[in-house]
Amino acid sequence: MKRTVPLIIAIIAGFVLLIANFIPFAEGWGLTAQEWFNILAVGAMILGGGNLIKLHLKKVSSQRKGWGYSAVTIVCFFGTLLIGMLKWGVHPNPLYANYSWSGYYLESGSGLWWIYQHMVVPLTAMMFAMLAFYVATAAFRAFRAKNIEATLLLITAGIVLLGRTYAGVWLFGWLDWLPEGITHFNLAGIPWLPIDFYSLQFDRLTIWIMEVPNTAGTRAITIGIALGVVATSLRILLGVDRSYLGQD
Amino acid sequence: MRKCASFYICILATLAFTSVSIAQAPEPPSNLVVVDTPDDAGNSVDLTWTLSPNDVFNTLLSDEQATDANLIVASYAISRITVDAIGVTISDEDSNWRVVSEPAPGEVNWTDRSLHLGCTYNYRIHAVDTAGNTSTWDVAESTVSPVMQMFNMSKAWLAIFMLLFGGFVAYFINHARSGKKLWVRKIAGLEAIDEAVGRATEMGRPVLFVAGIQDINEIQTLAGLTVLSRVAKTAAEYGAQIEVPTCRSLVMAAARETVEAAYLSAGVPEAYQPDRIHYLTDEQFAFVAGVTGYMVREEPAACIYMGGFYAESLILAETGNYIGAIQVAGTAMPSQLPFFVAACDYTLIGEEFFAASAYLSGDPLQIGSLKGQDYGKFMSVLILVFGIFLATIISMSHSEEGASVTALDYMKNNMLGDEGLGSFGGGDTDIEGDDS
Repeated sequence: MKRTVPLIIAIIAGFVLLIANFIPFAEGWGLTAQEWFNILAVGAMILGGGNLIKLHLKKVSSQRKGWGYSAVTIVCFFGTLLIGMLKWGVHPNPLYANYSWSGYYLESGSGLWWIYQHMVVPLTAMMFAMLAFYVATAAFRAFRAKNIEATLLLITAGIVLLGRTYAGVWLFGWLDWLPEGITHFNLAGIPWLPIDFYSLQFDRLTIWIMEVPNTAGTRAITIGIALGVVATSLRILLGVDRSYLGQD
Repeated sequence: MRKCASFYICILATLAFTSVSIAQAPEPPSNLVVVDTPDDAGNSVDLTWTLSPNDVFNTLLSDEQATDANLIVASYAISRITVDAIGVTISDEDSNWRVVSEPAPGEVNWTDRSLHLGCTYNYRIHAVDTAGNTSTWDVAESTVSPVMQMFNMSKAWLAIFMLLFGGFVAYFINHARSGKKLWVRKIAGLEAIDEAVGRATEMGRPVLFVAGIQDINEIQTLAGLTVLSRVAKTAAEYGAQIEVPTCRSLVMAAARETVEAAYLSAGVPEAYQPDRIHYLTDEQFAFVAGVTGYMVREEPAACIYMGGFYAESLILAETGNYIGAIQVAGTAMPSQLPFFVAACDYTLIGEEFFAASAYLSGDPLQIGSLKGQDYGKFMSVLILVFGIFLATIISMSHSEEGASVTALDYMKNNMLGDEGLGSFGGGDTDIEGDDS
């Protein structure tokens, strides 16, 4: 029963959303299902918050390794909750000036706004900025020419890297000194395949790499993903795959 | 004499005032046409009109009119009246003309989505200038009754593809039921999971599993949980600890069910520790900070990332690399795949990730669905190759009409576009510069 009811709900909700996509009459059903999910998600926030506090309180009380971080988490959690609920620093709405709590809790200058602007935003930006360094270390490992594929990757990455800077144009400046007869030619005389030396400039090659091989590869992956999504959805809708409910 | 002079002055003043009023009223929009919205539930109609000559966005606007600020259209006003109703009571408000929309200058269409099936409506439109003067009304040529369509024909081809693909999957599931063995190629990333969990057991360190940062209503999260089921079962059998931090509360609840069932299935329900599957935060980078902090402190021997990831993918994978963990990742986010490939030992790319559940379960019914998926892929490749063939012929011959142009046109506008089954040869073909 514990597994059957959620399975039935999942199957019904899945079919409703599928039908709503094709039958105009059922369009609203899909929106209703989405609203139900939003209500559930809001309820689950309490579950998540409760779990978070429970775990950190346990850690602090047993003074486990790293309990200081848990203490900071608990203080921040309740501090933010209190400032938000008491609407600390919020001015009353001019329309309801007699009601001190009538202002918007995130108005500029309020306590919660200050926490968001001066603590959450900089901390988030700091985490995101670290990505630049991680990209460099990951690229350093990925571009080591240890086999043919890695060498191709290294060459391609080098072209794209240079092609995205002024170096891509500057490195091929000497082409202007050559006679036009040398720099401009047609490969095998095929009129719809205009190839000249200028096409080998890194900035142009970069555009070609991004538009042709890169787009083709991305689309191949995307088509595979789309088919995988449909197949997985069908397995769930038909009740063949129940492992997400804890069943084999 | 004085009376006569006053009389003439009054007449002149009245005439002058009248002429100014007439001159200040903008010209009305024209050609208001109202038609039923196609492929809808019978609750909307589409309106189109021609801009007022005083609209600055009207390409026919003369310079003289454009420079007269008093005549410039500030907005339009669309009024609606319910003229008839079958099975529905018309409210007092709807039985009179009332303004239902105020489109901005330059707009030439609007869809009224607040209608009732069974009612008949009429519409009119006028222009309003910057001073608030209004033009005369342009009334629609005919009334309109919204009609409900039983099927959204613009998605007819999508439905056909869905049925074909679903048919393949259903057929091969049924085929597998008959007991015939189906071959599936080895997926190195999934084979490595047992090895990773075994290594963690030997080292006495935990296994970290992250099911992405999306909620439970996303298919990638569900696919991640199916892999979690197998990882948890292996960990339970080996006696390894598994840590599952989640970014959403509902995912935590679902993950707990999954892991608990896996421990039960492995015959060690007493080893299940619910606190190890815990919620951190919904905030993307705060979640990353929490998980990477755990990784650096506890140094898990195996890190498995299965689900929907965004920019945090590389931060997680690089931290895992830094602590020397075996890393297996799987996602259907094409933009994050290169990061996982660069930083992880094994990566499930796109469809491999969705095949993981069937692959790991070994269930013939699920493996049958993979076979169906392959046939769907084969069908897509055939259509793709045919489309490439047509586009190449057209490009080489520089032709703008003919059977190949018509066929490509149909593929792009009907099969891949939103014109549904439609007629063969309709629509325009943009041979060059279309990346759809």
